[in-house]
Amino acid sequence: MTKKMINLTIDGTPIQVPAGTTVMKAAERLGIHLPRLCYHPNLSLEGACRVCVVQVKGFNHFLTACSQEVWEGMEVQTNSPEIRQARRDIVELLLDNHPKDCQTCDRDGNCELQRQAYRLGVRERLFEGRRKEYPTDESSKSVIRNPSKCILCGRCVRVCAEVQGVGNLSQHGRGFNTVVGPANLSNMDDSVCIQCGQCVAVCPTAAFLEQDHTERVWQALSMPRDVKHVVVQVAPAIRATLGETFDLPMGTPVTGKLITALRRLGFDTVFDTNFGADLTIVEEATEFLNRVTKGENLPLLTSCSPGWVSFLEKFYPEMIRYTSTCKSPMQMTSTLIKSYYAEKKGMDPRDIYVVAIMPCVAKKFEAARPEHSLPDGTPYTDAVLTTRELAWMIKSYGIDFNALPDGEFDRPLGISSGAADIFGATGGVMEAALRTAAVKLTGEELGPLVFEEIRGVTGIKEATLRVGDKDIRIAVSNGLNNAKHVLDAIKSGEKEYHLVEIMACPGGCIMGGGQPYPRADHDPLDPETARTRAKALYGIDAQKQLRRSHENPAIEHLYAEFLGEPSSELAHKLLHTHYQARTPRGIR
Amino acid sequence: MPNPVTDFFEALTDRTRTRLAERGDAQKTIIQIGSATCEHAAGSQDVLEEFTKHIQASGRDDVIVHKTGCTGRCSKEPIVGISIPGRPPVKYERVNREIVHKIFTQHIQKGAPLPEHALDNSLDHQYAFEFVFCQGLRCNHLGGLKESFEQLLRQHKIPEDQVRVSTHGCFGTCSEESVGQAAFVLVRPSKVVYRVKDQTDLELILREHIRGGRIVEPLRVTRKPISQDFFDLYADVSFFSAQNRIAMRNSGIVNPESLEEYISLGGFKALATALSKGDPEWVINEVLKARLRGRGGGGFLTGQKWKLATQNEEKTRYIICNGDEGDPGAFMDRGMLESDPFSVMEGMIIGAYAIGACKGFYYIRAEYPLAIKRIQNAIDLCRAAGLLGKSVMGSGWDFDMEIRLGAGAFVCGEETALIRSIEGERGQPKVRPPFPTTRGLWGKPTCINNVETFANITAIINYGGDWFAQVGTEESGGTKVFALAGKVKHTGLVEVPLGTPLRDVVFGIGGGVQDDKALKAIQTGGPAGGFIPASMDTLPVDFGPLAKVGSIMGSGGMIVLSEEDCMVDISKFYLSFTQEESCGKCTPCREGTTRMLEIMERITSGKAVMEDLDKLERLARLCQQTSLCGLGRAAPNPILSSLKHFRDEYTEHIVDKVCRAKKCVALVRYEVSPDLCIGCTVCARNCPTEAISGNRKEVHVIDQNRCVKCGQCYEVCRFDAVERK
Repeated sequence: MTKKMINLTIDGTPIQVPAGTTVMKAAERLGIHLPRLCYHPNLSLEGACRVCVVQVKGFNHFLTACSQEVWEGMEVQTNSPEIRQARRDIVELLLDNHPKDCQTCDRDGNCELQRQAYRLGVRERLFEGRRKEYPTDESSKSVIRNPSKCILCGRCVRVCAEVQGVGNLSQHGRGFNTVVGPANLSNMDDSVCIQCGQCVAVCPTAAFLEQDHTERVWQALSMPRDVKHVVVQVAPAIRATLGETFDLPMGTPVTGKLITALRRLGFDTVFDTNFGADLTIVEEATEFLNRVTKGENLPLLTSCSPGWVSFLEKFYPEMIRYTSTCKSPMQMTSTLIKSYYAEKKGMDPRDIYVVAIMPCVAKKFEAARPEHSLPDGTPYTDAVLTTRELAWMIKSYGIDFNALPDGEFDRPLGISSGAADIFGATGGVMEAALRTAAVKLTGEELGPLVFEEIRGVTGIKEATLRVGDKDIRIAVSNGLNNAKHVLDAIKSGEKEYHLVEIMACPGGCIMGGGQPYPRADHDPLDPETARTRAKALYGIDAQKQLRRSHENPAIEHLYAEFLGEPSSELAHKLLHTHYQARTPRGIR
Repeated sequence: MPNPVTDFFEALTDRTRTRLAERGDAQKTIIQIGSATCEHAAGSQDVLEEFTKHIQASGRDDVIVHKTGCTGRCSKEPIVGISIPGRPPVKYERVNREIVHKIFTQHIQKGAPLPEHALDNSLDHQYAFEFVFCQGLRCNHLGGLKESFEQLLRQHKIPEDQVRVSTHGCFGTCSEESVGQAAFVLVRPSKVVYRVKDQTDLELILREHIRGGRIVEPLRVTRKPISQDFFDLYADVSFFSAQNRIAMRNSGIVNPESLEEYISLGGFKALATALSKGDPEWVINEVLKARLRGRGGGGFLTGQKWKLATQNEEKTRYIICNGDEGDPGAFMDRGMLESDPFSVMEGMIIGAYAIGACKGFYYIRAEYPLAIKRIQNAIDLCRAAGLLGKSVMGSGWDFDMEIRLGAGAFVCGEETALIRSIEGERGQPKVRPPFPTTRGLWGKPTCINNVETFANITAIINYGGDWFAQVGTEESGGTKVFALAGKVKHTGLVEVPLGTPLRDVVFGIGGGVQDDKALKAIQTGGPAGGFIPASMDTLPVDFGPLAKVGSIMGSGGMIVLSEEDCMVDISKFYLSFTQEESCGKCTPCREGTTRMLEIMERITSGKAVMEDLDKLERLARLCQQTSLCGLGRAAPNPILSSLKHFRDEYTEHIVDKVCRAKKCVALVRYEVSPDLCIGCTVCARNCPTEAISGNRKEVHVIDQNRCVKCGQCYEVCRFDAVERK
């Protein structure tokens, strides 16, 4: 059935839109992008900031375009002098209660409040007065919370509750004293925060930021090569997104330039987290096949996403026994750098400094987990940089990124299959695992390569695949609120799967909490962004000769030379980990 | 055809009658004591205890104590009523243990009332009969009958101490008769209402009733007028007789904890009528005909709201009673919940039936423990009596309710915030539309009505929507309860027909301005209301006219301001309330009220410049036009209306640095007059900052740099030598 069409005028221009369209969307059809701060298409309507107000004939007060649906004969004014003044004044009111430190702020040039203030013409301060001041909460290993910069748009609150199903953040106090934070305004570190960093991704200002690791990386890079051998590894998702920060079209793969840039920055060795991804698949496929053979602890839940692991420990500790014990690709790579690679090079692992470039802020937390360290406490991963931090370092160094020649990863931990590249998109780990598992289960060398049914950015994807003589039931979820549905269905017995991929961030790592802020004409969390970025990864995969993780010769060599065989004792010691319930107080 | 609801109701009333007859109160002397939060605070529990002791000591079993709610005569509490069979009831004011002893020994034991303690001097003129003529707005052209009657009494030389003639607002009887055909007369203490058409009727009353002591049956109104019980008891007190009691008809009469007493006063008849008809649409139509507007402040037509809820396809629907009364100085809802909980409850059940709700919630602020207790008691009793729960009154329709407590946020009176609060979320308004009638509590269609709105429903069903509409104006039917306070002689709860001129409330009922100062303004609508200057005191109280002059009806606060009040200071006070209570969700309210308050602080401390006024007005308009909820949109009302009507006071503060009412401390200066000071040193000794110097018997001097303007010297000087400038 086609929807009823509604006729209205916007600034005198007649337009016809389907019933149920909001004024904001109707205006967009006319090419008018109304200002907005609290509005986000993927989150519930807040209507708090009021900057999208419009004038509607017949009303004394102004209506918010984000929430108001059109009606027949509606007459909307989007830019009358009254409306322009109201919007300007609203943004000034926000600025008046915001630190005046734009020049030294992390979000300078990338701040939605700054952008709106400029656009709406706040050129002087009329109403300034007292300003809120709160201490910055730096307790978390991943996320810094700075309420002094908060404009109370509530996007972080909604993303945390509605997309991630965590609900760690909420407003406290009221009126001028309203502040966003975890329950009882406890430290982020003591809260149920799962470090995913989606609050950072959706925050229009710098009220949430990742913990900065750039300074320690500069320090390490400045040390003589023989004192600190600085090794860097790059997650699959970075190569699909870093280009955006250098004005390349979204979805431009930049693997080669990225490698060169890292060498220019002074990294001694440039490895690929993809190698760890391939290794993860080999270990995980073995683990999976063992469980299938024994018919126990199914479904196997993936464990690459540290936000998900944190969520598991905090909210679903009873599901720990289903979760793969494989370390994440980052930790596998780091561990091998400080064992296998160090041994090969004849270096003391403590003289190696490992930096991981990740799309993720939870990786900073993961790197700091005590189990991911050498027996003397030296962490396998010394620093984790987000895509944003790396981009800034490249810019700060003065590297003309787009003019860089392509480089190649160092060996041996730089060789990878296409299966590893697609780890960065939701469904990618599952697809990579299936490529290997299919071969192992059937014993046929040429199993299927592309599993279309689990590609795409849908929140929950399910499929039953015929592999050999077995039906393998799988599920893929991204965004932890979706994971909740899957996990609850497993717990209740409503659903039975063999293998489940869970990624904390909506869209997977390409939409991770550490990825570049969207440009002015895009929203954070935009599914279109996710699709475009994912396409880049699938493109890289398609062009590779190696498509299956277990076919990676470097992996084969690693087992032959060092680990023995998948799931061997040494493999277990180095490549597997354990989890523990971290049930927050008051939850259960 | 037998109707199960009618049968149920008959059985219920029979049971009640029998039980009350067993109590045999009709033949006893009744000591009526107000029992509500305000009465308790004034000491009514002590009074109750003292009377109980006296009764026990006297050994009299024909004297009983009757606990009632509150009549709304705040400044005279505790109020005690003494009803001895056959005599007009007497009310005493500000009773304490000592007065209890006097009342008991002299009035109850010896039959000699104590005029010196009578409420509002109501015993100054004693009489055998009081004839109270109805003076309702709609039929007062028959007021001539009252004069004829007085003339008749004079002709027949009836002494003034035998018969008193007075008037009262409206009994609410006119539905039986076509308007203007007859006048109604209540005879106290005979508990009779006559319908009087002409001189012949008056003569008949004189002959039969006054001379013969017999009730004139042919003239008697058989159907009990709505407020008869109230005026039987209170018509001799001018504070009450100028009012019109519909929503508060039982307040101060009924024991709020007794379902039986409520039923004996006509309770649950309306619900029985509604359920026995089996037609929710009929109920909605009556409420529509009544033109009842939401008493919480919005003024939306209640019938319309109910209708909207029924138009939704979703059949799980909720009804909520909004008892989150948060305006400073407002206590209408508390008064009704504490004094007549069953009436609110019956109205709510009828509303639930009309919209097809399966569950109701009372949202009452936690600061009202007695109201909560009484509503819980009412719920329990109603459930036990089959008035709630499975098959209400045998109708086959299931409905139940429960109480949810508000945690003290003003904004939770806003309906979407209230819903969030019940859901267990942070109490913050949500964007509307969708309105709660479309998507409310847990996403289901929900009607939220105010306590007073529900308190009117039974009257509408019992007496008809048309009748209700006649009381009030063309736009809005019925009465409105106001909490009259401020610089007025008589404070308390006042119920008047909508459309009553403000003046009549302040001067007629309130007795005028305290200390006979000049009236400056009347503030209506609570902290988000506006000021109406004295020059507009003939303005009819109704939603439209109030909005037109920049104020609101709100939930019914009415504060009288005199020449001693500073409009800037009062505006600042209201703004500080809304600033403090802003939920913090939307920018204009959260940030705007703070900036406005900063400007107001600058103005009252003499630090503002004229440019600040423009900024203030600009922010006020912004807040009004762009805030998310009604509270934010109304928050600047005090500022905008005082700027409109009292701009010169702002200018004085800014330009001349003068506060003419001497309320803005920073602008006040204390000086010692050399002519009047005798050098007694009292001021110097009382000054907390040692700002006053001077030797004994010498003129003292105040050091302006040290003075903190506390006014202590001004208060203690016995020679008026300290001047406040």
